[in-house]
Parts: sequence; structure tokens; C-alpha cells
Amino acid sequence: MDWAPLFISLKTSLVGTAIALVLGVPAARLVARLRGRSRAILDGLFALPMVLPPTVLGFFLLMIFGRNSPVGQFLLTLGIRIIFSWTATVIAATVIAFPLIYRTVRASFEQLDGSVLAAARTLGLSETAIFLRLMVPMAWPGIAGGTILGFARALGEFGATLMIAGNIPGRTQTIPVAIYFAAEGGDMQSALTWVLVIVMISFSVVMLLNTVGDKRR
Amino acid sequence: MKLSVDIRKRFKNFTLDVSFTAGSGRTGILGASGCGKSMTLRCISGIEKPDDGIIEIEGNTVYSSERKINLAPQKRGAGYLFQSYALFPTMTVFDNIAAVCGRTRGAERARKIGRLIERFKLEGLADRYPAQLSGGQQQRVALARMIASEPHVILLDEPLSALDAFLRRQVEDELSTSLSTFPGPILFVSHDRDEVFRFCDRIIVLDGGRIAREGTRDEVFNDPRTIAAARLTGCKNIAVAIKAGETSVAIPDWGLILDTAKRVPDTITHAGIRAHHIRPLGEGDTCNCFAFSVESRNETPFSFTEYVTALTAAGVAGGSRTRRESLCRESGERSTAQSPVKLCIPPEKILFLE
Repeated sequence: MDWAPLFISLKTSLVGTAIALVLGVPAARLVARLRGRSRAILDGLFALPMVLPPTVLGFFLLMIFGRNSPVGQFLLTLGIRIIFSWTATVIAATVIAFPLIYRTVRASFEQLDGSVLAAARTLGLSETAIFLRLMVPMAWPGIAGGTILGFARALGEFGATLMIAGNIPGRTQTIPVAIYFAAEGGDMQSALTWVLVIVMISFSVVMLLNTVGDKRR
Repeated sequence: MKLSVDIRKRFKNFTLDVSFTAGSGRTGILGASGCGKSMTLRCISGIEKPDDGIIEIEGNTVYSSERKINLAPQKRGAGYLFQSYALFPTMTVFDNIAAVCGRTRGAERARKIGRLIERFKLEGLADRYPAQLSGGQQQRVALARMIASEPHVILLDEPLSALDAFLRRQVEDELSTSLSTFPGPILFVSHDRDEVFRFCDRIIVLDGGRIAREGTRDEVFNDPRTIAAARLTGCKNIAVAIKAGETSVAIPDWGLILDTAKRVPDTITHAGIRAHHIRPLGEGDTCNCFAFSVESRNETPFSFTEYVTALTAAGVAGGSRTRRESLCRESGERSTAQSPVKLCIPPEKILFLE
């Protein structure tokens, strides 16, 4: 049995989730302090990947990174080809994990005790210090929870991955893609193995999520 | 050392419109909840922005709508003590104080934190987290942290309301002692007249977003002048009054015409008498002595309250006898006198309100 899809899946989800975390926390900070229309628009935009069908995301990503787009052309001149590379699986994972992290973290930021943050300002702490030393530690359970959710979702990502990364064994074939093609090809034994692997991983993730939730209380 | 405030801020239901100056020492802002007293502090500290006006701290304009100045809270030098103390929950007591000593470094920083921990009696608590502290300890940490930020003015927002009654007096004394060396203005916001009376030298009474009375503590309590100030300083008997003569007022709702010690101002609309100033008839009392029927009595171990209605004839002072309001009388001494009782309303204790 070739275990490559497991390692590709784990590596992709870890890297994708990490990028989504680095982008999602500041995005949550930004929207949490906005009010009115700009907030509604940005919030909708950031949450969109969560509600759109993954194939639609895949389509957008093809348009952005494809051979005929300005971004794709520019990257090609640098000798970088995104489509059908491992990078593409990471991009798909990032886009899928981002809204889950963003929303969970934003909700935790908004639930923080406003008087603590106001007090920090009157005491002279800079906005950067307030963000890094107060908001992030105080919202830690939410950040951890959102990250785990995002990781679980990235691990299961199929549609967008298939559209922009394809099914190249050993390079872009993640577990969900491997399941699809094994089942399609009648290799139910392999498909079942991968199904069990993903069930085990997902179950562990849910367990992890519960322990994070417990600590909050 | 001076704080001067002249601001307006409009809300759906009321408008905050206050103008006052506070010098060194303790100024109390007394008001019911929702009167705008906390909002005033929030505007001074920069947490909220007024619609227009000007705020100066130590001659430094921190807010001016005209000159388009609105300094960040970080740059105002206004120490704000929140009702909940707002300690940083993820930091130890030591780190709570250290986080504020950003500008000082190295050995000086350690010495500064050490001095504050000693001054606010936090030895042994330095490694604890806020959730592991009692209310009084939390307040000491919040004060130490505030002093660490070296503020020019101190704003205390209901600092004792989060404590249970037992702790409150003790913490109040601690608060008073620890702030005794602070050289600048201290604003103390509270809805509790006893706290304000004990803690403050000057008092501003705020009602519906406006200043109802301002003055020294004794001026405000002895002569509240407005209905709101009278009520907030604890006057339980207030009624519409009509000037009946140079030194006499008619109070239709009570059915009384009262002689007064001072000249009645022409602008009088209401009169007040504090519950503990109404007393049983003594020897030689001739002025403002009336018979009252006792409506109800309420005793606690050390105090006595009764509600009494004047038995003067119908039509006295122009009121109808059926709609007569009762007066509240409080005393340290229990009374077992049978209704009707004879009581005296001392002329010098009558409050002229408008």
C-alpha cells in the first residue's frame, strides 16, 4: 500500500491551515473593529468560501492562477507553475480553512471584555501590544478551536483541490481524491482503507476540539 | 493641576451636556444610573468621543471639536479605574503592572514594580492571576497598575460597586488612603450618596445628562437647590411649593403652610424636608407644629421609619384632603406614640428647590 496520500494530505492541511491562521486572525481583528457597511461587505467576502460550492472556488482559483490570467502569466515568467502542483493543494486547503478560522476568531474577539481593552488603552499600551499581548491570549480558546476546525475541513477538501491540483499520485493526490479515484476504479479495498484513515483522523480532531472547549470552561 | 471639561454628546434618549472644572483633590459625580456619569469619564479618558466640546487635562487640550483634536486614550494621561477593575486576565499580577511600565527598562523598571507591589500590599500575590484574587486585592492591583502609568488625572468609575457590602467599607478606606498622595484631580463617580459624601470634597450632581448642582460637599448636601440634587442626596420628602409670603411656603400636597428661616426665593417650585429632620414636638416649639396621623411604621434594630399625613383642615394650602401625600420621617429613636402624633418641621431645615 502506498501511503503517499496520507502524507500529502497531512502536509497540505498543516501548511494550508497555518497560512489560513496567519491570514485569518488579522482579518478577524480588522472586521471586529469595523462597523456598518464596510464590515458587512468584508465579513461576507471573508465568509464566502464557506458557503460556496468547492467547485466554484476551484473555478475562481483556476481563473486567478491559470495559464491565461495575469497572475498566472506573471508567475510563469518567474518559472513558477501553480496549477497541478502541490502548491495548488495548499492554496485550496488555505481558502477552505480560512473562513472557519476567521469566523471563530472574530466571534471570540467580539466576546472579549471591552473594558479590559479600553483599560489597556488608557494605560498607554500600544494597539500592537494590545493585539498581541491581550487579544490573542484572551481569545486563545477560540483561536485554537477555529484552527482545529479549519484543519479538519482542509483535510477533507476535495472539489477545489481536484480542479486546480488534479490527481497526480505522489504529488497532488490527497486522501479524499484517492478515495474518489479508488472507488471510481472499483478498488473498494483501498477506498475503504482510506475512508477508515480519514474517519480516525477526523474523530481525533473532534476529540481535540472538545478538550479545547473544556479548558475554556 | 486641573481638569476642564465642556462637552456634549447626543444619544437616542438623552443628551449629555456637561461643563465643569476640577482641581486637585476629590470631586464626586453623583447621579442615578444612566445619567451620563460614566459616559463623562469615558469621554475624558478618550474611550468615547463626544460630539463637540473641549477637554483639557493639565492645560493640555486632549479633545477639541473646533481644533479637530482627539488624542488617543494612550496619550491623555487619564487613569481610569473600571468598576470591574479590568485586569488583564491572562497575565499575573506582576505582569499586569509590568505591562504598563513599557517606557522604563532594566533595573529601574524592576525597582518601580517592586515599589508599587509594596505600596499596594501585593507581596506574595505577584505570581497570581486576577481570577485567583479577591475583589479588594483586584482593586489594589488595578490601582497599582494605574499609578504605574503615571496619570495626570484619576477617574474612578463606581470603584466599590462590584464588592459586597461587607468588603466595601474596608476597600473604600484602602482606596482613600492609597490615593491620598496623588497630586492631581480625582473624579469619583457613584450613585451612592454615602460613598460620595465620605470620599469627596466637591460634588457634582448629574441628572439626565446635565449638571443639577455643583459645589462643596456641605453646600450640596445642605442646600441641594434642584429637585434632582435633593433626591440624589437622599431627601425623601419633595413636593410642589408655592411662595405664600417672604418667609412662608404653601405645600398643597402635604396640606401645610410652613414658615421658613430664610427668605423664600421667587423662583421656588418645590420644597423638600429630609426625613430625619422631622421631629417630635419638643418643649417651646411653636413654629411649624402640626398633628399627623400615622399611616405606617417600619422598625429595624437601630432605626425607625414612619409615614405620616397632616391632619390640617381640608383646603389648607389649597390642596384637597383626599389626595394628601404622606411624609416620611426617620429617627434613631423608636416612637410608640399613638396616632395622631404631634411633629415639628424645623423652619431652618426646609429646602427650597427649583
